[in-house]
Amino acid sequence: MLGNEAIARGAYEAGVKVSAAYPGTPSTEISENIALYDEIYAEWSPNEKVATEVAIGASISGVRAMASMKHVGVNVASDPLYTISYGGVNGGLVLVAADDPGLYSSQNEQDTRCVARAALVPVLEPSDSQEAKDFVKFAYEISEKYDTPVIVRTTTRLAHSQGTVTLEERMEVEDKPYERNPGKFVMMPGNAIGRHVYVEQRMKAMAEDGCGFAINKAEYNDTSVGFITSGIPYQYVKEACPDASVLKLGMVHPLPRKLIEEFASKVDKLYIFEELEPVIEEQVKSWGIEAVGKEIFTLQGEYSANLIREKILKEEVSGKAPAQVPARPPILCPGCPHRSVYSVLNKLGIHAAGDIGCYTLGAVPPLNVIDTTICMGASISTLHGMEKAKGKEYIKNWVAVIGDSTFMHTGVNSLMNMVYNQATGTVMILDNSTTGMTGHQDHAATGKTLKGEIVPAINIFQLCKAMGIEHVVEVEAFDTEKLEKVVKEEVARDAVSVIITKAPCVLLKGNVFPNKCKPVEDACKKCGMCLKPGCPALTKNPDGSIAIDETMCNGCGLCKQLCKFDAIETV
Amino acid sequence: MTKNIMIVGVGGQGTLLTSRILGGITLDAGYDVKLSEVHGMAQRGGSVVTFVRYGEKVAEPIVEEGQADVLIAFEKLEALRYSHFLKKDGVLVVNEQRIEPITVVTGAAQYPDNIVEGLEREHTVYKMDAMEEAKRLGNSKVFNIIVLGMAARHMDFSKEAWLEVIEKTVPPKTIEINQKAFLAGYGA
Repeated sequence: MLGNEAIARGAYEAGVKVSAAYPGTPSTEISENIALYDEIYAEWSPNEKVATEVAIGASISGVRAMASMKHVGVNVASDPLYTISYGGVNGGLVLVAADDPGLYSSQNEQDTRCVARAALVPVLEPSDSQEAKDFVKFAYEISEKYDTPVIVRTTTRLAHSQGTVTLEERMEVEDKPYERNPGKFVMMPGNAIGRHVYVEQRMKAMAEDGCGFAINKAEYNDTSVGFITSGIPYQYVKEACPDASVLKLGMVHPLPRKLIEEFASKVDKLYIFEELEPVIEEQVKSWGIEAVGKEIFTLQGEYSANLIREKILKEEVSGKAPAQVPARPPILCPGCPHRSVYSVLNKLGIHAAGDIGCYTLGAVPPLNVIDTTICMGASISTLHGMEKAKGKEYIKNWVAVIGDSTFMHTGVNSLMNMVYNQATGTVMILDNSTTGMTGHQDHAATGKTLKGEIVPAINIFQLCKAMGIEHVVEVEAFDTEKLEKVVKEEVARDAVSVIITKAPCVLLKGNVFPNKCKPVEDACKKCGMCLKPGCPALTKNPDGSIAIDETMCNGCGLCKQLCKFDAIETV
Repeated sequence: MTKNIMIVGVGGQGTLLTSRILGGITLDAGYDVKLSEVHGMAQRGGSVVTFVRYGEKVAEPIVEEGQADVLIAFEKLEALRYSHFLKKDGVLVVNEQRIEPITVVTGAAQYPDNIVEGLEREHTVYKMDAMEEAKRLGNSKVFNIIVLGMAARHMDFSKEAWLEVIEKTVPPKTIEINQKAFLAGYGA
C-alpha cells in the first residue's frame, strides 16, 4: 500500500466523516483514496485554507475530520491553523502535511515541523505505510484527548513508497454532541488570551505524556552509538547500522524530553539524524546534551543509508562515478496546449510572470517565456506590482500566465486587486479543464467533484466579467494566428484584460486529436521552425530533415501550423 | 538477503505498471517488500526511476549506488544514467530504444554513441529492441512487459507465478497480449 493510501485507510478506520484538500504532490493520493470510501464525505476545495476551515467546521460540529495538503499548502492554511490551535477541537482534527525534501515537485524545501512549533500544534511522523495508517488513528485519539489539532507529517519518500499494511475494521465513532462554546471557538482577544494559557499547558502535558507514548520508542542494542531519528530517516539508520541503539520518535513535536535525556545518558556517542531543519537537534542541544547532527549531515535534500556509511562508518560508498550523460528534464507533453500558447508569446518576445503548474515549464529552453514563479496565484499580483513600480508602459511586453485550477486557488483574489487598483496588465488563464500537474484533479470550474458527481461549473469568463473587467477574450489555444492577434491587442490596451486560452489537457481521458502529423516526403527545407516549441515527438534525421515519432505525436498540429513550406501533413 | 531491483525509463513508458507487477509477485511469494517511485513534475518526458526491494525484512525503500542486483532500463540513455547503481555482479536488462531528451533535440547536448556496447564491457547485459518485438506482437504498448520478461529470468520466481500476477494486475482485456509479451521476453 502506498503511504498516501495508508493514510486514507487510517482516516477510514479512525471513523473520519469529512475530508477536504487541494491537490499537491506528494499529498494528492490521500484524497483520491479517501474518496473511494462511501462512509467519508470528501471534497476538493479551491485551496488549502478553505480545506482546513471545512475540516475545522466539521470538527466543531462533532465529527472526526481531515485536511491534507503539501508542505507549501500549509502556508496557505496557516491562518486557520494557528488559531484553531487555540480553539482546539470537538471531533478529532488532523492535518496531513507532505514535505518534499529533495524538491521532487515543489518550489521550496520548507520543514512543516517549524510551522508546527510556531503554531503550537503536535506533530506525528510515521516511517512506513503501516505506521502511516496507525499514526493517523493515534492522531485522532490524542487530538480529542488533548483538545488539539494534530499534524501528521509525511515526506515524498513515505507518501510514494509502498509497503505491506495490516487492515482493520472501521471504528464506529459516535458524533460528539455540539454545545455552543464561544469561549473556545470565538477567538476574539478576551477569549484567546485564556486559550493561549491552555495551549501552553497542553504542549507541556503532551511533552510529559509523550515519554510514555508507544510511538516514541527506544531500541537499545549496542550502546556505543545511539541515534535519535524519526520518519523515513529511521529506515536509513536501520539499514546502515542495524546494531546501533535508536530512539525513534513518532511524535516530533513536542519532544518527550525525559525520554530523550534518558536515552542520551545511556549511549556513548549520540547522533541526531533528521532531514531538513535541525528541529530536534537544536532543542536537544539546548538542554545541554552533547550530540552530533548538522555538523556532518546536510540541511538539503533526502538522506540515505549511504550518508551514514560515509559520515559515521567512514566507508567508501561512491564506487563507480555516475556517467556523464545529457540531462532529461521533464517537458510539456506532445500535444500540450501550453506549448502552443508559449510559442506565440516567445515569437512576440513577451515576458511572463508565471505560476505553479505544468506550465511553469515555459521557463526553460526552448520556450523561455516565464521570468518569475513564486507560489500559487502569484503571477497576477507580481505583474501588478511591476506595473505599480515601473508604470504601465513597462509592462506592455508582459503578461501573467496562470492555469485554471491555480486561478481558482488564489489567482482570483489577485485579479480582483488588479481591477480595484486600476491595473492595465494582461492576465492569460491557460484553461486546460483540469489540475494537470498533480495528475488530473477536478476543481470548481470543471463541473465535477472529487466523488465524481456532475455539478454546475463556475464559468471563468463570467467570473472575470462579474469583476467588472471589460476586456475578457476566449481563444482556442491551438489557433495561433488568432491568439497572436489577441495578445498584441490586449497587452497594448490601457486597461486590465484577461485572455482565456482553451484546450483540454492532452492527457485527459478521451481527449485525442483525430489525426497525427507526419512529414511530407522531400518537402522539408530544414529551416527548423517546427522544432522551435520543443515538441518531444519531433527530431532531426541525420540529413537535417524532420522526423515525427508516430507513437509520441498526439496530433495537435502545432508543427504543421509553424511550417511555411507545407512539409508537414496530417495523416 | 534483500534483493534490489531498479526500473528506469522515460516518463510515460509505463514504469509504474511494471513495478506494480513486480511488487505483486514479491508479495505473493511471501516476502516483505518496499517499493518507491517518484511521481515527477510533468506527466511525461522526464527521467523516471522506481525502486523495488524484497527480502525477509526490508528497512529503507530506496536502492542506493552500487547496490542494484537487477537494473531494468526501458531506454538506452537511462541505462547509462543509472548504471552506477549496479552491483559489481549486477545484471542490466536494457531495451535498445533511443528516445532523445529535449537537451539533445535543442542541440544543447549530444546523445552518446554505442551506449550498450560500452555498458557490455563493464556489466552483464541482456538487450533487446523490445519496441520492435512489441510491434511484431501487434501492440507497441506492451514493450515494457517484454523487458520485464527478460529481467524475470534473473529473479527468484517461476514463470507460472509471473503469468498469474500479470493476470491479476493488468486490465482484463489485455491479459492475453501482456502474457504473450512476457513470454517473448522470458524466452529471449
